[in-house]
Amino acid sequence: MAERARKQKSTSDRTSAEEQVETKVAPKGEKLKAELDDLLDEIDEVLESNAEDFVKSYVQKGGQ
Amino acid sequence: MSIPKILGIETEYGIIATGVDSNPITASSLLINSYVSRFDASIGWDFDAEMPGSDARGFNLDDVFPPDIEMNMVNTVLTNGARYYVDHAHPEVSTPECRFVSEAVLFDRAGEEIVRQSMLEAKKVLPLGAELVAYKNNSDGKGNSYGCHENYLLSRAVPFGEMASLITPHFVTRQIFCGAGKVGSEFEGMPSSSVAFQLSQRADFFEEEIGLETTLKRPIINTRDEPHCDPAKYRRLHVIVGDANMSEVATFLKLGTTAILLAMIEDKQLTSELFLATPVAAIRQISHDPTLRQTILLDSGKTITALELQESLCEKAEKYAKQFGLESVGEEDGKTILRRWREVIEGLKEDPQTQSHIVDWVAKKRILDGMADRHKLRPNDPRLKTIDLQYHDMRPEKCLALRANLESITEIDDVLRATTAPPETTRAYFRGMCLQKWPQDVVAANWDSVVFDIGKDPLRRVPMMEPLRGTKALTEKLFQQSNTPAELVALLGDQVSGSSFKPSN
Repeated sequence: MAERARKQKSTSDRTSAEEQVETKVAPKGEKLKAELDDLLDEIDEVLESNAEDFVKSYVQKGGQ
Repeated sequence: MSIPKILGIETEYGIIATGVDSNPITASSLLINSYVSRFDASIGWDFDAEMPGSDARGFNLDDVFPPDIEMNMVNTVLTNGARYYVDHAHPEVSTPECRFVSEAVLFDRAGEEIVRQSMLEAKKVLPLGAELVAYKNNSDGKGNSYGCHENYLLSRAVPFGEMASLITPHFVTRQIFCGAGKVGSEFEGMPSSSVAFQLSQRADFFEEEIGLETTLKRPIINTRDEPHCDPAKYRRLHVIVGDANMSEVATFLKLGTTAILLAMIEDKQLTSELFLATPVAAIRQISHDPTLRQTILLDSGKTITALELQESLCEKAEKYAKQFGLESVGEEDGKTILRRWREVIEGLKEDPQTQSHIVDWVAKKRILDGMADRHKLRPNDPRLKTIDLQYHDMRPEKCLALRANLESITEIDDVLRATTAPPETTRAYFRGMCLQKWPQDVVAANWDSVVFDIGKDPLRRVPMMEPLRGTKALTEKLFQQSNTPAELVALLGDQVSGSSFKPSN
């Protein structure tokens, strides 16, 4: 079966795209930080609110 | 000569019930029943051929592990050829047998969708506010682990002990790109907080190099000799050492690299120079070091990092491919496996962070480090373990892996189709089509047979001892020509008399 069309670019494409951004728009580090900030905003929204209870209640029986 | 690497994945999901009192077996049963009750008929599993106590080293413990231990639990076969059942208090999806690694990734994803749909169906029958939530992980963080097993078809001609020694270095080190990541340690006797973060969910639970156990004293190499096909020709290597992956590319690499190395072992192209001195200690040492600098000792006395060992295996595989080709995994997938294997190694060497779109532990660690930094979290803050667990949450609205910008190599339309349609290039096609066409007449099915009630005593069992028979190419016409299972059974008898499809009582 053929490898599926990728929704993201391969590593090499990513690097070259980021390099272009680096020279034209903003330093690579800032772009990555902005991406991470967006991700963390989203995590803050969906993270279980009562972390302590949640972790305590997650108990499983051993399996294989 | 290496043989086609037919393969599949079995995933035990973690499960919790919220808003309702429930034990895990009841919750798992409800989850699965909610899904299968949407269809016309639920097809039971046929246990006749199960022998989990049979050991590849030549003895049998079936008296110790009776196969009917799970008889009273939910156990069904789906029209895509998969098995969906309760195993050790967990819902488990076993993908159908696949001919290609990319196909196995698709059916693993289909398994996730089946579980998601099951959760939605279960919610409809539960009281308002109650729900069942499944987690595609391998540990509860409290010392309880459950597995994600891989299966590979091997030639019976390969001596088991030799194969086991040769593949062990890969099983110990491949976690650098297919580890799913974990907060804390669960190694017995070691305080959880002594390890802030590790590469693998499972590494803490391995205590032996080789053995038959899967629930206690887990071995790196599992010796279960239960081929589910012609035992004179084949083995099924049952791999219990891996993590369940959320990253599709990680699943692809986990299966692909292993399948190629097994083909190399069949072709006698892997040698003993990378044998490890202490594999059980090494698997944990590597897992406990996200800097990837930890060295491990080889039998030869040399020391090596996991990354260097993987680089050496990758180089050998590249050379092998030039000389022998990669037909055992399919040339197209084979090329992609080798390219991606090389890319992930180079990326991890440069900086693990570059692989956050591919490698689960890197993606998870990026979130953990980011959240710790943003909220000034202490190492024992429960939010860190919450992130770890919620990375694997099967609810789309809660799953953190879905938000981690992981690369996808499947299309959702294909994934949804694979929840009901079987793969076309293995016997899973025959199993799936029988269930699609005649759900009322199939009384039971398992990996190597389908049992029909064709209205006359006794029941008719159609054996499928060859994983590469029963494909669409070989059986599509038979299905078109048969209006009833009795006609199919008659046609099979006429057309393939003396073959593995000859029906018997």
